[in-house]
Amino acid sequence: MTRDEIRTTVLRTLGEIAPEADLSTLKADVSFRDQLDVDSMDLLNFVIALHAMLHVDIPEVDYPKLATLDGCVDYLAAAGAR
Amino acid sequence: MPILTADMSAGTLVEWRKKPGDALKRGDIVALVETDKGLIDIEVFTPGVLEKIVVQPGATVPTGTVLAIIRDEAPTGAPPVPAAPPPPAPSPVGPAPAPVAPGPAGRLRISPLARKLAAELGVDPATVRGTGVGGAIRREDIEQAAAARAAAPVEKPRADRSARLRQAIGAAMARSKREIPHYYLATTIDMHPAMTWLTEENLKCSVPDRLLYGVLFIKAVALALKEVPELNSVWRGSEPVRSEAIHVGVAISLRGGGLVAPALHDTAGQSLRDLMRQFRDLVQRARSGGLRSSELSDPTITVTSLGEQGVETVFGVIFPPQVAIAGFGKLVERPWALAGQVVARPVVTATLSADHRVSDGHRGGLFLAAVDRLLQAPALL
Repeated sequence: MTRDEIRTTVLRTLGEIAPEADLSTLKADVSFRDQLDVDSMDLLNFVIALHAMLHVDIPEVDYPKLATLDGCVDYLAAAGAR
Repeated sequence: MPILTADMSAGTLVEWRKKPGDALKRGDIVALVETDKGLIDIEVFTPGVLEKIVVQPGATVPTGTVLAIIRDEAPTGAPPVPAAPPPPAPSPVGPAPAPVAPGPAGRLRISPLARKLAAELGVDPATVRGTGVGGAIRREDIEQAAAARAAAPVEKPRADRSARLRQAIGAAMARSKREIPHYYLATTIDMHPAMTWLTEENLKCSVPDRLLYGVLFIKAVALALKEVPELNSVWRGSEPVRSEAIHVGVAISLRGGGLVAPALHDTAGQSLRDLMRQFRDLVQRARSGGLRSSELSDPTITVTSLGEQGVETVFGVIFPPQVAIAGFGKLVERPWALAGQVVARPVVTATLSADHRVSDGHRGGLFLAAVDRLLQAPALL
């Protein structure tokens, strides 16, 4: 999967988890928590959805790497998202 | 129309999920009702047969209104209802009245007496379904329409959901602060053992099975209630009644503001993993609609966890008719003195707001001490 495809998937997943958020203004290098009203349950659902769609195992210690859009794309690309 | 939350005064019937003649068993969902807290699935508590639907979809009725008649187990022999149930009669008065089939001349078939009565009672005969010969409107039909209209609350302009939810929360919390003499306690709990255990547990399982630490709080509260059971009570009229079952309500903030606190049923008797699964499901349904009536009306205590918003301490306001609410703040790393040494430890502030008519600070203190002790041995939760 290309980085663009990963980015699209991440954004679509975010949109499902925070449907009221305007993702067009999302800053790619600032944490989701600082920009969206999301809690730990939302983030867990986010990781579960990425895990299911991209077939990537995401250990809990790596959650901080998924805090931003850029971080997600880097991490998931390196982890072999497919 | 069941009272699903302390502050609920009316609800709108959205849809029937069962039809007359259907056999019902406990827990079946019979109808979908819209309330300030969103769309709620209404469950049946006693088995029987749905005999008659009284309130039609679209109607807003006060709590206590009969929605449908359920007959006890069907007698053997004669079929309980006609094989082909009659088509549902349109609501006599309601948002979308079914137009009456006009007579040949396009005029309403209505008796002079009924017409006079309609004028007196302010009922528009065109919105009334006639039950007389050829659909003629009789006096009884007008009376029925007037009675049904009287039963419906005065229709307020429909404010949007979040405004109505805000109103409902305000009503419940004002009642709580007016009626309940709260007392407040707080304690700081070392979360090092719990977090260490949780990290190890989560390493062992794949993403969907992982636990959030919030579920440890919920389970610890449920188990601590066994030691201080008077905190697990609900007011019934003027008496606090101790609840055998422990159904911890979890405060869930909704997108766009407001919150609901539905129950995780039998909290003390479930494994952490089962609780976690249900907690996730509950949050999802709270936010998208689809809570069940028992989840809204059953909680025997509430847990609120505002940690995500970054506050260290939260003192909850008790949800009537409950008598206590436990609060957990943000997990923070703080200096912690241990055996003469200062170490850095993740800690959380746990609080209790409780009803002084039911318990005292001494018992409340024992409850928080029990929560602390339980969290020191997370593997046993």
